[in-house]
Amino acid sequence: MRRAGRGVTGRADRRTAARGRGRGKKVPLLELAHARSGDKGDTANIGLIANRPEYYPILVKQVTAARVARHFKGMIKGNVERYELPNLGALNFLLHGALDGGGTISLKTDAQGKVFSTALLRMEIEGPR
Amino acid sequence: MTPRGSPPTIRIAAGQGFWGDWLEAPYRQVTGGPIDYLVMDYLAEVTMSIMQKQKSRDPSLGYAKDFVPLMERILPLLMERRIKVVANAGGVNPRACAQAVAATGRRLGLGGKLAIGVVTGDDLLPRLDELLAQGHELRNLDTGRPLSDVRARVQAANAYLGAWPVVEALRQGAGIVITGRVTDTGLTLGPMIDAFGWRPGDWDLLAAGTVAGHTIECGAQCSGGNCLVDWERIPDLANVGYPIVEAHPDGTFEVTKHPGTGGRVTVAGVTEQLVYEMGNPAEYITPDCVADFTTIRLEQVGRDRVRFSGIKGRPATDKLKVSIAYFYGHKAVGTLVYAWPDAYEKAQAADRVLRQRLRDLGLEFEAILTEFVGADATHGPLALKATGPRVADIPEIQLRIGVRSPERAAVERFTREVAPLILNGPPSVTGFAGGRPKPEEIVAYWPALIDKKVVQPCVELVEA
Repeated sequence: MRRAGRGVTGRADRRTAARGRGRGKKVPLLELAHARSGDKGDTANIGLIANRPEYYPILVKQVTAARVARHFKGMIKGNVERYELPNLGALNFLLHGALDGGGTISLKTDAQGKVFSTALLRMEIEGPR
Repeated sequence: MTPRGSPPTIRIAAGQGFWGDWLEAPYRQVTGGPIDYLVMDYLAEVTMSIMQKQKSRDPSLGYAKDFVPLMERILPLLMERRIKVVANAGGVNPRACAQAVAATGRRLGLGGKLAIGVVTGDDLLPRLDELLAQGHELRNLDTGRPLSDVRARVQAANAYLGAWPVVEALRQGAGIVITGRVTDTGLTLGPMIDAFGWRPGDWDLLAAGTVAGHTIECGAQCSGGNCLVDWERIPDLANVGYPIVEAHPDGTFEVTKHPGTGGRVTVAGVTEQLVYEMGNPAEYITPDCVADFTTIRLEQVGRDRVRFSGIKGRPATDKLKVSIAYFYGHKAVGTLVYAWPDAYEKAQAADRVLRQRLRDLGLEFEAILTEFVGADATHGPLALKATGPRVADIPEIQLRIGVRSPERAAVERFTREVAPLILNGPPSVTGFAGGRPKPEEIVAYWPALIDKKVVQPCVELVEA
């Protein structure tokens, strides 16, 4: 299976590559993954997709439900669930109580949770060696 | 398994991802290359309540009105190229929608040549009290509350039907199938079942068709639209090609688009759509089956061509999801724009002033939400942390403040408190050309389940 070779932006991915074996260097998720988010009622879902197959285990290990809940502290009222899709190199997160009631009730600009995706990509994790 | 004579491949093109999607898309799908079916999704969760209101004022309305002029534009092409249409444009009045399309067909000289299938039986509003009396509580799937709590405020109630009534309409010879609340995925799965002779227990095949439906149900969102991966290099979005499923009898299929169109179909882009609005990926529940998204294998088999295989499914549940719309209350959102220097601080000061005035007036709201567009509206404190001291350099900030209340009077009063800030609040403010904010009624969504056996889909034909 061919995966995206260049990351979300070619520049970001080249930066990561240039770090080479920089062990344990913190990098934003933006350099390792792409994402799309949406809504189900008051729950936002974020699908996080590894840019390369070798990045998927890094995501599985570090981007835990607890870590995502901490990342969005103050922005969501409920808990975070995580599901794994190894076949797609993807993780799916459910952020409960994220949308001020959701749908037509919500007063938020992002009432449908469309850009929680890139908010997650701000998270910093330990990059590949 | 597959009846002899079934076609090796059928091409199903997505023409609308929602009511209000690009008007050119269905026309381009019909004219841009060979397709066998055009499928279009018109129904968002609260669309049905708008349509119920229209129908209560005029019994000949209550469907997606855009569908009729679209059919007028493409009907001759559909007939000439033997393309069938499946659309849930019927809303809460599929028969009226079919009559309007039939009248259009007669005007175009297609009388006697066109059969329109009508799928109904999803509308539970007339039966709601009977169902509640029988013990169907229709509890809210998110909150657990019984529907009786809001019964008096219910404006629409529709069960999600699956692919089988669509199949029945196609088998009766319909060239156009107009449905009420049929699932987005059922619109795509129906033609596959019909063309390939799939049966109710073929869970893997039904799951494959369901995955195909999920992939194309949001239109261009799987062919380059709203695609984050490598977005800067996705070509010619002005001319974006909407997706086409090329389906095979064994449940494998490819997603592609017409040659010469813009956008891009890649494994990475398709994957973004697969995880969109996803819950538990191993249990994607539809009326037709339970599809397991963790079994999907994707492969780039050509330019703008992704192959799907390996999909597994499990038996459907004995429930149908019901989408209920009910009156919730009122809301309004007002905005003002503050300019450099100190744009963010000025907007924050204005927010404090406005909130104090609302308190001093004794107005009570269920919620007041302030966002500073340009600083924190989309990413909240995460964005502010990243901006750091540079927040002082932000060239402008839109103050966006919204209120929500069961009482219209409080919301109405709020809408008169925003504009005065232009002259009596913090300086460097502009952007009030739109006038006073408009109070809006909130019609909210109540998801529930109901026993499948109490919902009877109905299929009939209307001749043009």
